[in-house]
Amino acid sequence: MPPTPVRFDAHPDTYRHWTLSVDGAVARLTLDVDERGGLVEGYELKLNSYDLGVDIELYDALQRIRFEHPAVKAVVVGSAKEKVFCAGANIRMLAQSAHSWKVNFCKFTNETRNGMEDASAHSGIAFVAAVNGSAAGGGYELALACDEIVLIDDGSSAVSLPEVPLLGVLPGTGGLTRVVDKRGVRKDLADVFATKADGVRGKTAVDWKLVDATVPRSRFADAVAERAAAAAARSTRPDAAEGVALTPLVRDESDTRIAYTHVTVDLDRAARTATLTVGAPTTPAPVDPDAARREGAAFWPLAVTRELDDAILHLRTNENTLGTWILKTAGDADAVLAHDAFLAAHADDWFVNEVRHYLKRTLKRLDVTSRTLLALVEPGSCFVGPLLELALAADRQYMLDGVFEDAPDAAPAELRLSDANFGAYPMGNGLTRLRSRFHGDPAHVEALAKHLGEPLPAAEALALGLVTYAPDDIDYEDEVRIVVEERASLSPDALTGMEANHRFTGPETPETKIFGRLSAWQNWIFIRPNAAGPDGALRKYGTGQRADFDNERV
Amino acid sequence: MSTINYSERIPNNVNLSDDRRLQRALESWQPKFLSWWGEMGPALPTTDVYLRTAVSVQRDGWAHFGHVALPEYRWGIFLSERQSERTIAFGRHKGEKAWQQVPGEHRADLQRLIVIQGDTEPASVEQQRHLGATAPSLYDLRNLFQVNVEEGRHLWAMVYLLHAYFGRDGRDEAESLLLRNSGSEDAPRILGAFNEPTPDWLAFYMFTYFTDRDGKYQLGTLKESAFDPLARTCDFMLKEEAHHMMVGTTGIDRVVTRTAELMREHDTDDIARFGGIPLAVIQRYLNFHYSVSLDLFGSETSTNVANYFTNGLKGRWQEERRKDDHVLTDGHVMVDAVADGRLTTVETPALVALNQDLRAEYTADCGSGVTRWNRILADHGIDTPLTLPHHGFNRAVGAFAGCHLSPAGEFLTVEQWEAGRHAWLPSDADMAFVSSLMRPVYEPGRIASWVAPPRQGINGQPFEYEYAHLA
Repeated sequence: MPPTPVRFDAHPDTYRHWTLSVDGAVARLTLDVDERGGLVEGYELKLNSYDLGVDIELYDALQRIRFEHPAVKAVVVGSAKEKVFCAGANIRMLAQSAHSWKVNFCKFTNETRNGMEDASAHSGIAFVAAVNGSAAGGGYELALACDEIVLIDDGSSAVSLPEVPLLGVLPGTGGLTRVVDKRGVRKDLADVFATKADGVRGKTAVDWKLVDATVPRSRFADAVAERAAAAAARSTRPDAAEGVALTPLVRDESDTRIAYTHVTVDLDRAARTATLTVGAPTTPAPVDPDAARREGAAFWPLAVTRELDDAILHLRTNENTLGTWILKTAGDADAVLAHDAFLAAHADDWFVNEVRHYLKRTLKRLDVTSRTLLALVEPGSCFVGPLLELALAADRQYMLDGVFEDAPDAAPAELRLSDANFGAYPMGNGLTRLRSRFHGDPAHVEALAKHLGEPLPAAEALALGLVTYAPDDIDYEDEVRIVVEERASLSPDALTGMEANHRFTGPETPETKIFGRLSAWQNWIFIRPNAAGPDGALRKYGTGQRADFDNERV
Repeated sequence: MSTINYSERIPNNVNLSDDRRLQRALESWQPKFLSWWGEMGPALPTTDVYLRTAVSVQRDGWAHFGHVALPEYRWGIFLSERQSERTIAFGRHKGEKAWQQVPGEHRADLQRLIVIQGDTEPASVEQQRHLGATAPSLYDLRNLFQVNVEEGRHLWAMVYLLHAYFGRDGRDEAESLLLRNSGSEDAPRILGAFNEPTPDWLAFYMFTYFTDRDGKYQLGTLKESAFDPLARTCDFMLKEEAHHMMVGTTGIDRVVTRTAELMREHDTDDIARFGGIPLAVIQRYLNFHYSVSLDLFGSETSTNVANYFTNGLKGRWQEERRKDDHVLTDGHVMVDAVADGRLTTVETPALVALNQDLRAEYTADCGSGVTRWNRILADHGIDTPLTLPHHGFNRAVGAFAGCHLSPAGEFLTVEQWEAGRHAWLPSDADMAFVSSLMRPVYEPGRIASWVAPPRQGINGQPFEYEYAHLA
């Protein structure tokens, strides 16, 4: 079993597996996995294979490049191990892990790789994979998340996706999707590639578009440096700028509560719920981006996003049985909107840009979380602008109409729309949460734009379709209790599938394919006897014995 | 179609004249092989060399001896005779008929095994390219070239399999075998030991004794393969490999003999000034070559090798003589491991411990050479024996990688290791000294100062025979 709980805190000074070095506009992320540094007992991380612990460091490094090193324009992702780039997720780790662990691990690694592509698209950071040796499975998928892939041409180093032929599962980190969708590899060649355990090397890999270039060892370092420099020259990031340090998160923890500065999580193990309460800023919005930078990691939009991010990751990884998350907000709605207006006004500033995209990615984490999400909109809440996105991410919204009997003087809850709800924080399907919600009625989204900034009390919010139910105080508590109890009684698997289907309406994007199509298939394959049964390929791998397949196609 | 009669130029027992696919492949490959031989083969110009050429696979008279100009050597393709009812001796296909074609399921693995084996054959030719310039006698020069042409033939044997059974991928791999080069920065040979230089003749004898012996054991496991053409190819290669073993064994015999003679004659260990190689230097060379050859056996545990066994691709040494179920799904063995700076063992499924099994066979075999050399020393009244170092000494692969062990097997600190390494491994000074002894002797019947003449010549010829004519 993993150490309880798994922490997502990391810092370059204490990385065990990665090195982050910055030289002007180019950063190097170098993988040198400590074989004995597995997060869990029972496996050795040979050949630069990874587990969740390795990926937690990668995620941390990527965040630091974005916030602490604003002048970095290109990142070389490489390996310190001779002849090995990365062997992908550790197979023994996968074989010994519970299904839920594998799925959660893959989800996090996928989010991290999507985050790299998000940095390419929105931060002006180009990633160059310096594939100095074999890149297998997740190793090649890491390269696929980069903008360019340079493969060493030494007559033996290959890129490969050996999951199907060797393990009887799928490449779990977007490999199949990115090969055809991102790199445009022809589907028949992709078919050959994904069934060829030893992969493809040299010129063929270039011809098939699996890599961008193949370079002999003697010119490899130069070729990578040239590409990184060229990519850096195309970047929009500032030439010189002071970063914002991501200081350690402060958590006050007990068995039933985790309190950050702005976010609290209340754990109810009997009811199997976690209640996340997100607090509004208690200080005014800064006057300009420099002032925001001076606030540093305490700048409310950044601080609250980091806390929410950490809470989501913590609950997903360490609290599997809390199947329903109740989302609440608390505090001064005007202060939220002031910060929202500040973010919108300075979207071109590198720091503000990073904060906005970080909030976007964190909201996306919520979208792909396999928990029931219920938003409770009550007096004292501040579901406005960016925080309204939390409610819109939820599967249902319950809004109290009026006030509670025991607090008659409170102001009734209100929602407020801002520009934040109309484009700044899209979901993985490329649509806003409003657009996804009203997929059958796009005109309604335009109509909603007319209510921008308007306080929307329960009756109006219900009429506009922004909440599911708006009971009054006589019914409210019972309604909420019943939905929580009902949810707890349903099959968690069926709920996960159902919720994901409802959340992602409309078109497919590579992201939705990775989470919806690839992951769904992968999760099915993971638990099929052909992979995970006693004679399945995943269980037999490494024993020297062969898998015994049930040959019936399903 | 080419007018070259390949069947005539390439002695074979694979019906080459009837196999159009193979002819086509060889037409494109043979010129590349010859140009590789010209560039990377023996550098010393010779008119002809007294060589053995395989001409059939019959027990009596499979080889023909005669003086041959090297580029005209007839590299043949021979597989041991097919046994019509051969069955698979191990793994999950045990008892089934051996495969005459490559099963699709195992194509990639078999191709990989053949490529790795094939890659070592030309590698040693490249490593030994310049040794002709310092041969201690014509007899040794001839043996060097014999080893070289037979490594070339072994390359052919692997290329034949790639061409005949692995389609276009196989042809591409065959070509790559000539594109990688020993010690090349851009395209090195696949295995580490085959990128080490062979700078002098002591290293050559050590290489043929220790590193070629690894080859013998690898071939021994492939000889058991369910893929019959591979099994038969390797079986025949083992015949030739015996000569390479002989060159190594008797080469070291003769160095040790000469060293012992000089020690007796001058009554001192310090025979360097009399043109001999001191025993301590021989021991250090032995330590080096034995330890890097052990690395070729890979990690103590290997799931790939376990898969190869289960699938019938690669067996154990003397598989059919072993008394067990030949499936190994249930057995466990103790495998070396290092924990807290100590040697320990862990119980491991027998299937994944096959590398250690093969290495143990190899180590036992290496020991017999040491016994033999010590007998020579004892016959000269010298009681300082040569020894095989501990298998954890100087290792870069497996359980001992990253540890520092003395030749006796004690775990050392980095400081202790650094302090002792020059006593245990050849130093630059050792290599420079051995190199200083390497003066060519090309006159028939004469020999260099540091090595004794052989007890017998080749194919019944005397030592004085003109084994090679220099150009």
